[in-house]
Amino acid sequence: MNQRLFRPFPRGRQSGRSALASALRIARALFISQYALMLEFRAEILLWALSGVMPLLMFSLWSSAPAGAAAGISPQAFARYFLAAFVVRQFTVVWVVYAFEEDNLLGRLSPLLLQPLPLVWRYAAAHLAEQATRLPFVMAMVALFFLAVPEAVWIPSPARLLLALLAAHLGFWLNFLLQHAITMLCFWSERASALERFLFMPYLFLSGMLAPLDLYPEAVRRFALLTPFPSMLYVPAQLASGGAIDALAAFRTVALWLAVLIPLNLLLWRAGVRRYAAMGG
Amino acid sequence: MEPASTIRRHARSIARFWSSSLAAEMEYQFNLLIEVAATLITLAGSLFTLSLFFGRGQQLGGWSWNAALVVLGIYTLLNGFSSTLLRPNLGNLVKQVQSGGLDFVLLKPMDSQVWLSLRTLSPWGLPEMVLGLALVVVGTIRSGAKPETTALLTGGLMVLAGITILYSLWFVLAATSIWFVKIWNATEVLRSLLAAGQFPVSAYPPALRVVFSTILPVAFLTTVPAEAILGLASGGSLLAGLVLAGLSVVGSRALWRLALRHYTSASS
Repeated sequence: MNQRLFRPFPRGRQSGRSALASALRIARALFISQYALMLEFRAEILLWALSGVMPLLMFSLWSSAPAGAAAGISPQAFARYFLAAFVVRQFTVVWVVYAFEEDNLLGRLSPLLLQPLPLVWRYAAAHLAEQATRLPFVMAMVALFFLAVPEAVWIPSPARLLLALLAAHLGFWLNFLLQHAITMLCFWSERASALERFLFMPYLFLSGMLAPLDLYPEAVRRFALLTPFPSMLYVPAQLASGGAIDALAAFRTVALWLAVLIPLNLLLWRAGVRRYAAMGG
Repeated sequence: MEPASTIRRHARSIARFWSSSLAAEMEYQFNLLIEVAATLITLAGSLFTLSLFFGRGQQLGGWSWNAALVVLGIYTLLNGFSSTLLRPNLGNLVKQVQSGGLDFVLLKPMDSQVWLSLRTLSPWGLPEMVLGLALVVVGTIRSGAKPETTALLTGGLMVLAGITILYSLWFVLAATSIWFVKIWNATEVLRSLLAAGQFPVSAYPPALRVVFSTILPVAFLTTVPAEAILGLASGGSLLAGLVLAGLSVVGSRALWRLALRHYTSASS
């Protein structure tokens, strides 16, 4: 084991450089430890990955539905869109409210709160580590999909691929921050996770998981694009699969929502921690 | 002991179980509001998604909009049934295996499969069941099918067969926790695959249609009952549904017996 990972925090004022170095060291240690933890649960993570089949079911429906052909979208385009949506979904899934609620109810939160590191980074690292664990499973499933639907095979242009990766990762943070805002309600209620459904329902119907938003009536589509949900699925999937998209407007929406959600989360976190009295207290 | 009195004793116990679970859940009346709101939003979203397939006079796998509503209604009904009985009880079964609490269940003077399958009742799936039923009625009336007594009776029978198959799928999966302790994630996979039942099975490509009528019998959960209600079902599919329901009960029973023979309690 690398002893340096566990060196105590340097005290006192730091120069900008050493502060950055220590932040990087902490990030690395967090990620490595969480990744080791997630690898222990790889069988469960495989099952979670499999439970995200909804986009593939929707592909099989849309590729043979007359309504799809009438809208001028070919089965091949559907295959690429929904496969991209499936992959994006795998790397934007968020479960912070469930992890936090369990830690809170079981009393594990108190020791974690004593650490000189804001709690959110621990959960964020867990999510990123879980994504790394998913990666080989998702690659295998993509390969299987291409074997079953060979006409769907495509290689996105490097620029589009890069933009799609960026959009998907920003989509993950957007999803994380939205759910984290609900998570903070755990400081006030024992069952905050029940409210997560009210995030999941609009996500399901507005993100583009069930149909590309281009098939929605114009008014619904325009409304959906104002919400943060298409940024978590439709935008990256469309970028990766080569569909038409106004990338600039899409990234502007993400920036706008991040600008709302980051201060909101900070406010909720500060108010919540001040209220925290440990379970049963 | 004679069978009739055994059944009566079991029925009396279950009635007590359910009334006590209801009394406990009534502590959380605010939940009802949340559940009704969530159910209405989900149903509106599902109807909207379904409507996308019926653009300019199009059909979905040979089904009209109104007939497809019956399928969605039965799916909603079964979903409500899952949250009322299957999820709370069979989730509990997995926990009992993990904690070793199953030992105490096996000692009770009651059939263990019955106890594990019917011990609690969560009323929060009821709004979904009611809405599902309403959707079935609306779809049937609007599709212009004459509600004949035979069609309604076969329809009801096929819904019961579908519920039986659904129960067996869940029970078999939960029972395998005796071998693989951490199985609860597998039920998420089952749930996500069963979502295919929102749409008539004929809307899927041929290869998937075969899968949905054999390995994962989604077809017999929603499509066949809907066909029966609309008076469209073939004798063959009705018979297949009933046989499958019978087999699934026998199979789940046999698997449970086998599982108990392999049960060595927690930590041993």
